[in-house]
Amino acid sequence: MLETENYWKNKINQLTKIKEENSKSNENIKRWENEVLDPWNKKNANNNNDFSTTSEIDVKTSYSHSDLQGNQDYSMPGEFPYTRGPYPNMYRGKKWTMRMFSGFGTPEDTNNRLKYLIKNGQTGLSIAFDMPTLYGYDADNDRSKGEVGKCGCNISSLEDMEVLFKEIPLNKVSTSMTINAPASILTAMYASVALKNNISLNELRGTVQTDILKEYIAQKEWAYPPKDHMRIIRDMMKYCTKEMPKWNYVSISGYHIREAGSNAAQELAFTLANGFTYLELGQKAGLKVEEFAPRLSFFFNCTMNFFEEIAKFRAARRIWATVLKEKYGVKKGSSLALRFHTQTSGASLTWQQPMNNIVRTAIEALAGVLGGTQSLHTNSYDEAWALPTEQAVKVALRTQQIIAEETGVAQSVDPLGGSYYLEHLTNELEEKAYRYFEKIDEIGGVISAIEKGYLQKEIAETAYRSQLDIEKEKEVIVGVNKYAEIEEDKIEILKVDNEAQKIQINRLNELKRNRDSKKVNEALENLRKTYENNDKNCMYDTIKAVQAYATLQEIVDVGRQVFGEWKEPQIF
Amino acid sequence: MAQKIRILVAKPGLDAHDRGVLVLCRAFRDAGMEVIYSGLLPTPEQVASIAIDEDVDAIALSLHNGAHLTAFPEVKKYLENKGVNDIAIIGGGIIPEEDKEELEKNGITGNFGPGTSMDTIINHIKKVTKKF
Repeated sequence: MLETENYWKNKINQLTKIKEENSKSNENIKRWENEVLDPWNKKNANNNNDFSTTSEIDVKTSYSHSDLQGNQDYSMPGEFPYTRGPYPNMYRGKKWTMRMFSGFGTPEDTNNRLKYLIKNGQTGLSIAFDMPTLYGYDADNDRSKGEVGKCGCNISSLEDMEVLFKEIPLNKVSTSMTINAPASILTAMYASVALKNNISLNELRGTVQTDILKEYIAQKEWAYPPKDHMRIIRDMMKYCTKEMPKWNYVSISGYHIREAGSNAAQELAFTLANGFTYLELGQKAGLKVEEFAPRLSFFFNCTMNFFEEIAKFRAARRIWATVLKEKYGVKKGSSLALRFHTQTSGASLTWQQPMNNIVRTAIEALAGVLGGTQSLHTNSYDEAWALPTEQAVKVALRTQQIIAEETGVAQSVDPLGGSYYLEHLTNELEEKAYRYFEKIDEIGGVISAIEKGYLQKEIAETAYRSQLDIEKEKEVIVGVNKYAEIEEDKIEILKVDNEAQKIQINRLNELKRNRDSKKVNEALENLRKTYENNDKNCMYDTIKAVQAYATLQEIVDVGRQVFGEWKEPQIF
Repeated sequence: MAQKIRILVAKPGLDAHDRGVLVLCRAFRDAGMEVIYSGLLPTPEQVASIAIDEDVDAIALSLHNGAHLTAFPEVKKYLENKGVNDIAIIGGGIIPEEDKEELEKNGITGNFGPGTSMDTIINHIKKVTKKF
């Protein structure tokens, strides 16, 4: 057991010591290099030795047991530190959940798409919301002009939510909602739809993203300053632990951190650091880590650097379990195992020669599966252009089905475990993550690092360097900076017109005419008082406001008045 | 010695996909321009007024959320309402081919899609601001 006082430092020392020892005992490798590799390179005039991963891990010609001595992970799947998987039999028992993210236009449009996906064998729902909804503006707000229904479904009130889930039995599906700043409100709406259909809250399964920390770091869709959002999340954690025990109330997301331009090590480190921050939030609120840790799930990106991505997933599981056990004193095994959703990388898709994106997505999806994901979204080939057409979504879903049912890769658990190279990458990423944890703690924790712009600048720096590498063709993107064509392939793309905006505004106007406005005002006033009292749990009054048909923006505006708005520190 | 180009970089709407604009800010600065970044979430009206206050030569607008046909021309309209006609507006982001023509008609040029090299964008800005 390591001392928790200088936990990160001790951990780094431990890992670097092993590496030093290993470099002393690599005679076999040195012999091979001298007798076989070097003469070969000389003979073939091969001087290119500049290979590295996205996280700047140097890649050697080949790896052997001497790269792992002293740091060989002999654990099996389903046991500590869960490097090889959270469950002992993984996909042999149950395949990953094929969860395609969808949403556009009006709630009716998205409701139809969800039913289409269910009919085609999808096993879990995942809803995308449009920008106004993500920021907490109603469809009729000036800021929403031109954006209603464009990158997701628009929800302005409980009435919209009722339409969105019409004829979908909420006690039989698991639903993931990608919503953060207004997560407490959307959770309240989902619960209210269930109650209206006589489904009890403890039957509801699903995930609401809620991860506001990565919003400040990467996706940047917030409403209030960090501390106020964290208070609301604290209230959700307490409420859901009690009332919605099967509801995963925070999905700690590296996806957006990666898409914003970070490398694998940054995605891993910043995401887990956020995870520790939520753990401490719950702990301070009087919840036992042991009990609520299983309600925290993760959401990672999977992009093109195949082995590094698989290593990232393995390292994430090992670090989470190790730190929870050693630093937070968690004992129960099932509370230590990290479970995650994966989405293939949107940023890796190209506008040029879009059919190539099918291949990229397939490779990324394969890495996600070999990394042991619990659920998976595969992007459609047309998503560099627009939201996907039904045809493109079908190919993306079939990609998963082909991996699951034709390739045999799901038969044995963690089939690449034990590969010298993969194990080495796993160890290297682990060490890099610990170095970031130490740095973040030095700055005063994640929220402090956000307020100072440290995490944002780290990502912007990596993104810029990567773009320079692309321009210099050091980083190749097929069809873009190599094998480019002048005449582009034409594909059919989905157009979302401004019709959704009209429909949503009309519905909202009608709602405002018909609802009991006295009840709405009372509910909002009660919520204001609760927001002003940090010790009170705001979920109960949020649910009452939602059920009185207060609109999304009316509720968020109360928060904006009480908490103020957030202005990002200067990044550029 | 040529005069420095002053350029405002902005995302005029509810769109926080800022990876691209942050990269471009750095690239423009490295290309010798004076770069003003609006920060996130300005309205088209705010973008126009920053451009006027900062007396820029060009505005580089980017949107990834599908609202370009509404938001870009609005920036232009606010500038014109203030009698400003000498600021070049350059567009970029996820802009389908068929929307480019309409943006051009509104005086928004470039309209670069994903994968465009930074050099291409920089050369275009030099051309439209007539500053080399």
